[in-house]
Amino acid sequence: MTLEPVISLSDVVKSYGDLTVLHGVDLQVRRGELAAIVGPSGSGKSTLLNLIGTLDRATSGTIRVAGQDVGVLDDQQLSALRARHLGFIFQQYHLAPGHSALDNVADGMLYAGLPQRERRKRAAIALERVGLGHRARHRPYELSGGEKQRVAVARAVVGEPDLILADEPTGALDTKSGESVMGVLRDLNADGATIVIITHDQEIAASLPRQVRVRDGEIVDDRGPVIAA
Amino acid sequence: MSDVSLHPARLGPRDVLRVGAVGLRTRPVRVFLSALGIAIGIATMVAVVGISTSSKADLMAELDRLGTDMLTVEAGAPLNGGDGAPKLPKEAVAMVSRIGPVHKVSAIALLKDTTIRRNELVPPERNGGINVMATDPDLLGAVSGGMAHGRWFTSATAAYPTVVLGASAATRLGASPGELVWIGEDRFTVIGVMRPLELAVDLDTAALVGWGAAEKRLSFDGHPTRLYERSNDEAVASVRAVLTRTVNPQAPETVQVSRPSDALTAKEAASGSLTGLMLGLGAVALLVGGVGVANTMVISVLERRQEIGLRRSMGATRGQIRIQFLTEALLLSGLGGAVGALLGALATFGFAAVQGWPAVVPAWALGGGLGATVVIGMAAGLYPAVRASRLSPTEALGSG
Ligand SMILES: Nc1ncnc2c1ncn2[C@@H]1O[C@H](COP(=O)(O)OP(=O)(O)OP(=O)(O)O)[C@@H](O)[C@H]1O
Ligand SMILES: [Mg+2]
Repeated sequence: MTLEPVISLSDVVKSYGDLTVLHGVDLQVRRGELAAIVGPSGSGKSTLLNLIGTLDRATSGTIRVAGQDVGVLDDQQLSALRARHLGFIFQQYHLAPGHSALDNVADGMLYAGLPQRERRKRAAIALERVGLGHRARHRPYELSGGEKQRVAVARAVVGEPDLILADEPTGALDTKSGESVMGVLRDLNADGATIVIITHDQEIAASLPRQVRVRDGEIVDDRGPVIAA
Repeated sequence: MSDVSLHPARLGPRDVLRVGAVGLRTRPVRVFLSALGIAIGIATMVAVVGISTSSKADLMAELDRLGTDMLTVEAGAPLNGGDGAPKLPKEAVAMVSRIGPVHKVSAIALLKDTTIRRNELVPPERNGGINVMATDPDLLGAVSGGMAHGRWFTSATAAYPTVVLGASAATRLGASPGELVWIGEDRFTVIGVMRPLELAVDLDTAALVGWGAAEKRLSFDGHPTRLYERSNDEAVASVRAVLTRTVNPQAPETVQVSRPSDALTAKEAASGSLTGLMLGLGAVALLVGGVGVANTMVISVLERRQEIGLRRSMGATRGQIRIQFLTEALLLSGLGGAVGALLGALATFGFAAVQGWPAVVPAWALGGGLGATVVIGMAAGLYPAVRASRLSPTEALGSG
């Protein structure tokens, strides 16, 4: 185990024109953590997660993800970083409608350069891990919301990324389905995955080992067992 | 951890195709409609080229069969309004047969005021556009003719009141071999009916009588109206050069020589302008089809922003997004092109079969058509693909 954190932000600022939505954020997340990002609507949670996920660039400050200073990487290198080291889960599941659950999951490794047969093999394992092994041949329209989101989770983890980023993964689900998705994420974390989850659900947030609270573009509270080094 | 290799993986050709086909599989109706324009354009062009090539092949085969070695000789317009219509000399056939390379020569003479009727009750004015002509037994060979029914003249029957009818003349007259018809005020026996003649079309409406019989019974003066001459193919030009002087040494300028096969070739050349017009229409259809594909692709990119965002989050590079949509456009137009080429080829085969032509679809037309679809697909897909690739991941994902 290396000592370097999976995520390390220092003095990160993000502005859209005159509007500054993140004011000098510092954050570290270590390998194996399961952290919640909470805060009011519009406080900058998604913006923060997108910066960590290299989907957007910071206006200033340094962001290191999986050991890389992402500020100095070009689009190609960022793409490769996302393909091999990051997994995303969104509120909307973004499943390809015409494809089976298995192929949707297999697509999670498409850009990592594995042959299709290998992708499918690993996709089958990932579906088992989220408890949907028996739904592999089903199309998205044949699945419930919770099942769809678990397929999306499987797609995010199929490549065994260093870091899983989830933006309100239970936001569109009822409590029970939300529970099942959270259960899956907890299991993955127990197996060693590092996971950061944005959530509005106080109960879910409270149940996670660490809560990072964002307000008006600043981290106002950071509770949990792991203290930034 | 720090040995992260940060080179994006390349997608294999199969994955490129698979990803490029994603958009097509989910919207089959739109795919069908936008491929249709391309298909129509390509089908038109392939069919136009195929049909004109087939017709040309048929003409070539026909010219091959009929030969391009025939020259005809006629008396031209009189010089400075001389004494009536100039006539070919009586001995013209004999003169021409003395030219070395000539191996067949024969003549006809139009008997202007002679009519042919089914029986004596039909008034002479109603001759049905049939011309009575005198000829000799060598004519059939000289015009590569053949008999549909009955027999051609022998030197014996040519002296008697017998008549051979051209194909149309026989139908108009309603006469068949063995029956009697009235020519002038005499009864002639029909001994044969000819097949249609491509190189001597006016013989189709002719009633032919023997030279001797015409002189004896129809007061024919013995001057031929037209000579048919055959020589070796290579000798046609040299024969042509000496023909007028040979036929009429006194007034060669009153003799006109022509080559009937030229008329067929000219007819084909005239239909070439129509081919050009149809090709133009096909090109317009192709252009419209290309615009249709571009339109479909622009809409596809707009509708699939979230998919683009997701793919970017999964590690797709800008280039891979660009390739995905370019591939989709290429598949779309390629599909239209393939279907169009097939339809065009089928149309050619169908049309050629109906016309009795050999069906020819030139490989260059198929290749050119498919090549055109590739170019169109590229052109139509480039702008949407570049737009898709320029989309920032967060913008794309946040657009739902
Ligand atoms: N592309 C953009 N251009 C301008 N302003 C933006 C852009 N994206 C986000 N913002 C602004 O940044 C602020 C933070 O947005 P963000 O989406 O990070 O909030 P959030 O905490 O995720 O809210 P929610 O809980 O509602 O999802 C908001 O005020 C938003 O309007
Ligand atoms: Mg948000």
